[in-house]
Formats: sequence, C-alpha cells, structure tokens
Amino acid sequence: MRKCSLDTINHVFAEIAAGSALYLPADGTDGKAVYTRWQEGVEWSRALNTVRSPKDFFFPQTENLMEFKTSGKNIEIIDTRDEGEDFVIFGVRACDVKSFDILDRVFLKEPIDSYYASKREHGIIISVACSRPSETCFCKTFGINPAEPAGDISVWQSENELFWQANTEKGEAVLNRLTSVTEEADDSAVVAEKEKIGKIMDKLPLAGLKTDAFGAGKTMDLFESPYWDSLSEACLGCGTCTFVCPTCQCYDIKDFDTGSGVVRFRCWDSCMYSDFTRMSAGQPRLTQRERFRQRFMHKLVYYPENNDGMFSCVGCGRCLAKCPISMNIVKVMKTIGGKEHE
Amino acid sequence: MNNREETLIPKLGVITDIRIDTPDIKTFRVVTPDGVKPFTHRPGQCAMLSVPGVGEAMFSITSSPTNEEYMEFSIKKCGCVTEWLHQAEPGQQITIRGPYGKPFPVDDEFAGKNLLFIAGGVGLAPLRSVINYCRHYRDRYGKIDIVYGSRSKDDLLDYKEIIDEWANDNDVNVHLTIDREQDGWDGHVGFVPNYVKELGFDTDKTAILCGPPIMIKFTLEGLYALGFEKEQIYTTLEMRMKCGVGKCGRCNVGSKYICKDGPVFRFDELDELPDEY
Amino acid sequence: MQKITREQLIEKASALLADGTVKQVLGWAKGEFDYDITPAVFESAEELNANFVWSDFCGANFSKYLVSKTRKCDGKILVFLKPCDTYSFNQLLTEHRFDREKVYAVGIPCEGMADIAKIKEICADGIASIDCEGDALKVHTLYDDEPVCVPAADVLAERCVNCKSKKHVAYDELLGEEGEVLDSARFDEVAKLEAMTPDERFAFWQGELSRCIRCNACRNVCPACTCEKCVFDNPNSGVENKSPANSFEEKMFHIIRAFHVAGRCTDCGECSRVCPQHIPLHLLNRKFIKDIDNFYGEYQAGAEEGSRAPLVDYTTEDIEPGEVFDRRDTDA
Repeated sequence: MRKCSLDTINHVFAEIAAGSALYLPADGTDGKAVYTRWQEGVEWSRALNTVRSPKDFFFPQTENLMEFKTSGKNIEIIDTRDEGEDFVIFGVRACDVKSFDILDRVFLKEPIDSYYASKREHGIIISVACSRPSETCFCKTFGINPAEPAGDISVWQSENELFWQANTEKGEAVLNRLTSVTEEADDSAVVAEKEKIGKIMDKLPLAGLKTDAFGAGKTMDLFESPYWDSLSEACLGCGTCTFVCPTCQCYDIKDFDTGSGVVRFRCWDSCMYSDFTRMSAGQPRLTQRERFRQRFMHKLVYYPENNDGMFSCVGCGRCLAKCPISMNIVKVMKTIGGKEHE
Repeated sequence: MNNREETLIPKLGVITDIRIDTPDIKTFRVVTPDGVKPFTHRPGQCAMLSVPGVGEAMFSITSSPTNEEYMEFSIKKCGCVTEWLHQAEPGQQITIRGPYGKPFPVDDEFAGKNLLFIAGGVGLAPLRSVINYCRHYRDRYGKIDIVYGSRSKDDLLDYKEIIDEWANDNDVNVHLTIDREQDGWDGHVGFVPNYVKELGFDTDKTAILCGPPIMIKFTLEGLYALGFEKEQIYTTLEMRMKCGVGKCGRCNVGSKYICKDGPVFRFDELDELPDEY
Repeated sequence: MQKITREQLIEKASALLADGTVKQVLGWAKGEFDYDITPAVFESAEELNANFVWSDFCGANFSKYLVSKTRKCDGKILVFLKPCDTYSFNQLLTEHRFDREKVYAVGIPCEGMADIAKIKEICADGIASIDCEGDALKVHTLYDDEPVCVPAADVLAERCVNCKSKKHVAYDELLGEEGEVLDSARFDEVAKLEAMTPDERFAFWQGELSRCIRCNACRNVCPACTCEKCVFDNPNSGVENKSPANSFEEKMFHIIRAFHVAGRCTDCGECSRVCPQHIPLHLLNRKFIKDIDNFYGEYQAGAEEGSRAPLVDYTTEDIEPGEVFDRRDTDA
C-alpha cells in the first residue's frame, strides 16, 4: 500500500496525467462536482457524488457510430471508429464502480458492443472509499461496501492522507509510476477508516432497505401490483432518473444530416419517454404508469432474471436527489415490496 | 482504427427488383453490390434495413433460406423508412444487417408435424419464409394447410406465388379468404378467425399464426375451441427495435427482448411474459 | 416556517371530502426524508392523516396536474394553491386547459420554500432530519451531534427570494391571511445579463446550457408547456431530438421553449427548481417578461383570467418593430 499527503495530491495527479488523460470530479460551472479532465489548476472535489455518473466515459450521452456518404443511388459506409487511448478516472465511488459490472453484462455480452468495449479496455479506474456517505445512499442493499471500493486501484482517505492499493495489473502499472510522489505505508489508517465507514453505514436512514420481494421470477407477482397507479401518479415522464442513473443504458440510434453526409449516432434514451416504444403499428405502453413500471421492473426483476440475480441498481442515490417529484426506487421498493421490507 | 467486429455497422445492399404486391405492400429483392445474398438466415429471422438519413427499421426476411441467390422483404408502407423504400427504384443501395432473432423451430419441433399456417394481411410476410422452407424440404413435414386472408383480393400478398405454386403443390391445401364480396372473386368471403372455425381443423397439427392483434386474438379463441393446446401454436411479436441484439432496451417485455429472444414465441411461452406487447 | 399548519389543511380537505364537495385532493405526500415530497392524490381522511405534509419543502406547483387529473376524475378535485401557483392556475384557465367546474381551489399562504441544495451547501450531505422552527431550520445530520441551525431566509429558493406576489389571484376559498403583490427585485439578475457584452452573455449561457442533459424535466413540469404533442417529440417535425447532435441544438431547445412560453410564462420558477443541473432557466423567461413590460407596459401573465397577452393582442399603440431594434442597446 502506498500513501500521499492530501497537500501533495496534485503532484500525484500530474504524474498520472503525464502518462494518460486523467479525469476526476471537480467543481463545474454550477459549483457541483462534474468529471473534468485534470490539468494544472483543476482541484479534486471531494463531493460524494457527481450529478452525472461516470457511465459517460464508456457509454457517452451521444456517440457517433458511423458515417455515410450518398450520391445518387449509391451509399458509402464509413467506419469512423478509432481504437482510442488509455485514460484514468479518479474518484469513482464504490457504487459507480459496481455500475460498470452491470453495464458490462449488457454491452460485453455477445455480440460485443465494440464502442463500449474499447473504452472499457482503455479505462483505468481509481476508486475512492466513501468517508461521508449521504442519507440518500443505499448501496449496502445491493451488496456494495463503500469501504471496499473495487476498481483497478482503491483509495482511502484519512484526514490528511490518501492511501492507494492496486487491485489489478492495470492498477499496479499506474501505481508503479507514482513511486516518486507516494511512499510505502502500512494499512493501520485504512483499517481504522474502514471501521469508521462501517459504523456510519449502519446509521444511514436507508440501511434497512431489503430486496427480498424482488429478483428473478417475480414478474407475475409484481407486474399487476395495485401500487403502480399511485406511485406513477405524479410522474412527469421526464428522463432525469434515467439520465443520472449509472446503470440505465437504453439507447436510441438516429441519423443526422450534416449537409455533406449522414452521421449515425446513438444517444441515451429513456423508457420513461412516450415514444420509446411507439411504432407505426401501435404503442404497447400506453400511459406513464406502464413506462414507470417498466423502469423499475427492469431494474428489480427483469435484469436480475437475465443476470444471475444481480440487480440493476447500485444505490447511489442520484435519482433520490434529482427526481423533480421526488419519486424514486426506494419509495417503489418500500411500497411494492411491502412494509415488512423496510 | 478499431478492428473489432460491430453488429451495428451494416453492410451495403442493393435493391435489384421491386414487386408491387398490393396497394400498400411492395416486395424488395436485395443482394450485396457483388450480387450475392447478404447473409444466411433461418426462417422467421429478421434484418435491419436502413436508408442513411431516413432511419433504420427491422423487417422479417420474407424469402426462404433455401433461396441462395437473394433475399426478399415484403414491406407495408406505414412509417418514414417504409415510405422512403416505397418510392425507391431498382438499383437503389440501402444498408442491411442481421440476421436477428430466434427462428421458427423448423428442423426440430416442426419436423414430422402437420403444419397449419394462418396469416392475415402483411402477416404472411414472415410466414412465407417458413412456408417455402417447408415446401422445399417437403418430405420432412406432414400435411400443410395455409389459411390466408386479407381485406380484398388486391390486398392478398404473394397472390401469384400462392396460386401458381403453393396451390399447385399436391399436398399443400391453400384456403384463401377476403373480408368482403368483390367482383371477380369466387373464393371464400369472411374474416380469418371465422374461416378457421368453419374449416374445423383436427388438432393433430402445429399452428403458426401471424397477423394483426385482433386477428390473433379471435383465431386463438377459435383454435382453443377446436381443442388446440398452447404448446401447439406459434406466433411472432412486434415491438419497436433499434439495435436488434437485446441492448438498446425498447423491445423488452418481461425479461425477454423481442429482437433476440423472439420474434417467434410459442403461446405457452407468452403466458410467462407480462401482457405488454 | 409556514404560518398555516398541516392540520388546518387536512381538516379542510377532510371536510370537503366528507361533504362530497370534492372527490380527490391534490396535495403533497411525505417522503423518505423531510425534503423529498411527492405530489399525490388523496381520496380519504385516512390517507391525508397518514401521508399529507405541508412544510417548507412543498414547492411543487399543482396547476399543471389539473390538466390531466380533471380528465381522469369524475368529480371535483381540491387543489391547494400557493400564491404563485394561482398565477399558473389562471393562465391555464385563460388557455382553456382544464374545466374550472371540476376544481375546488383552496388558496393557502406561503412564507417561501426552502431549497434543499442550499441547505446541503451549508450542512453537506448526510441530512437525517429537518425541523422547521420559527425563522430557522434545525438540520440534524449524520455527522454532527448537535443540529445545525440555518436561518430560513438563507436557504430560500431563488424564486422565493424574489417572490413577486403573496396575493392569490384565483381561488374558491382562502385559508389564512391574504397577502400583497410584492415589489420584487426579480429583474435584477436579468439586468446583470443585459449589462454583459454579447460575447460575455454568450459565454454565460454556453456555460450554463452545456450542462443540460436534455431530460425534459423543465418542459414537462412547466405549466405553460401543455401541448398535447411537443414539437421536440414529434418525429415529423424535423427538430425532434432526445439528445443534441451538436451544441447548437441544446441552445435551440431552450431558446425555442422560452419563445414559445413568452407572454404566457407566469415566472413560477418550476423549470429552475426541477433542473437536475441547476441551470437558471427562469432567467430566459424573465428576460422575455422584462422586455414585454418595457415594450408594451407592465403585464403579468396569469394575474387576471382571460387577459390577452400583449404578444397576441394587437393595438394601434403597439411599439413599432424598428423602435424595438433601436432601443436594443439602451434596454437591451
């Protein structure tokens, strides 16, 4: 294990950035943390969460897939993909690191999505343990321990120091480059920090949230629950929950005429939107109730059914903080799952 | 340059022939620019066709896999991509990718069985691939009955092929019907579900249904009344699709993705899905 | 802290449900925490007693919900309206967006709503509970033994800091005391933008709008956005987009929306309240309001049911387009 003082953290960042692009949470134009490319002068924000999750790095909101040139009846298909370069993301929280596993099970399943795969292979993740979890955190419900964040390197904070532990070969390689700006450390401070985080986790208001009512095989039990009506009653049908969610990965593919050609791009889409399933032949999800139900059934039942029981939620709390009407997965789980699951 | 395989990047296709089937359905013959079939498929599978700048859409492959020269798509005019295709001329290039989806179990569950195909309107398009496959390997199947109906004689898809080829097969029974009386039509008049009941099939068959939801609903009732079990009846589902490989999310019904786990389903399998398709 | 109490509102709603005046009550339902309150429909006194809340976190404006809820309910709906909500209510009536006969509007006074984001700036994350006491909020956190005392005035939502009116302009019944139209400083922020050079202003909006994630929360919550089918959702419009293909499209969405609601926006501030990216979208609308005031005389959308907005009401005194152009530098 290596350590560095918080005062010299920018030296460490400079060392990392000398090798490959480094992104970390920094204050954005609204003062809220946003992943930013590090350069001299950019200060790491220790805020618990970014508004946008780091899924952007592997599955950006918009991404060009290919281009076309047309002339007369002829079409030319241009493969615009490039292999990309290594990059490092620092400051990823345990919940968000777990979200990458959830995305992997969609995008890296055959046929592998090459756009996602190449970014995923080039990305090096440095996670940071959560010293101050928030009231909106419920990662523990999904088996995530914020004191033991995964990733290529895990980092723990003490009052004045950061402790670095490589978990993978990729992480080892990065840490080896940092010998001049870090020093060898024992794990006593980290053990103490983990214990401290453990105690806070038990005190969190959502600590008791259970998943027992959900998971594979629950489709027919839950699909016609009478509570979907009241839960979706005030839903605005916006895409906020979807877009801030680190595990939502539905997308649309669209063509854009640039004037000199056509760019086919993909962009995030939301099952909360009415046109998500609308066809010329009809609309299988007629009202917001059906769309709302789809989002939660997918996270809590359908995804686990296809993925060995793994839920498609990491308890990051972004939807709790951002939904315009404060409706969210916790309220859904408590209502649909019954009071005994609180 | 990224050398990985990518299913979202299509191949080029060329429309070599356009047949006007009905007032709103045309059948497009597609090959690669080298003049060969774009890829091999199984009966019931689909392909994504696109016109750059207009969009991409999923269509069932109408031609049989046993046709080794080209692919055909019978396409009804009902949206942006289809409208564009309808005004296209032979020689037009498009893009194509696939094959996608789970095919009909023609080589296992259908093998040795008597087959009853029931289609309405453009619903014949996905079944034509299966019918011609089964006709090609005729000795692998028992009796074949085809019930097909549409609004009028002019709206019957593949009419020429049905009359000249299918109806001339010695051991294929074709039963055509149209919704209303029409000059020059001396065949059966009436809706498909009623015709199925009138024909009164034995339950020693596997039924394959494709057509508008209302037709499916009433035909199913008729088949159940005749004693058919859910395990004997197959159909195809339709949902909006973008990726074709179970990732973009919009064709998700329960834990299934219609693009990859369907579009072919047996009715007992549908019982396990929520009613949202 | 609010002067009218939760109990008074529950009592009123229960009585109106009991005597059959209304069939449903549109109110605020409690959440997991003290601040995450959800709009909800209540149909009985039991439901009200169990879940209804009224606190400094009841910002949601229910007026727009009336468009869909009145269509679904076969009786009358009780709606609680804060003073600013009544302007949206009137504006929707002016545009014939719901049936007035199906609504029983109860005006309630409002002392201003708290902005949880501002509270979190002071107390950081880990808020266990918030007690509203007098002019202060007592915030209990997971990390402090003693509650943090925050003056309510310091964490008021922006729209409440610049409250334009404590007066209800529409209701069937009023609870508590009626207030006055206020002399608000709401155009000061617009004046600051106007004082910028065009380049500075462009950079300002570029910085703000670049954060937009196109979630449509601003549009979907906006009481002036009640088109059955928005042009940005219509695949045949040519401008339908879920996500910008380039940075121009982002600005186009917000600017087109601001134009579309110009003269009809009551400045309720819901757009900025719900924006997950804290984009001050209300400033775009407020600029239009300020310009309309300058060019056509003061006009407050929603102040009077049935009033014709200057932009849709031609008079011979209307300012000439050329004059607007000439005055662009002085009034900007």
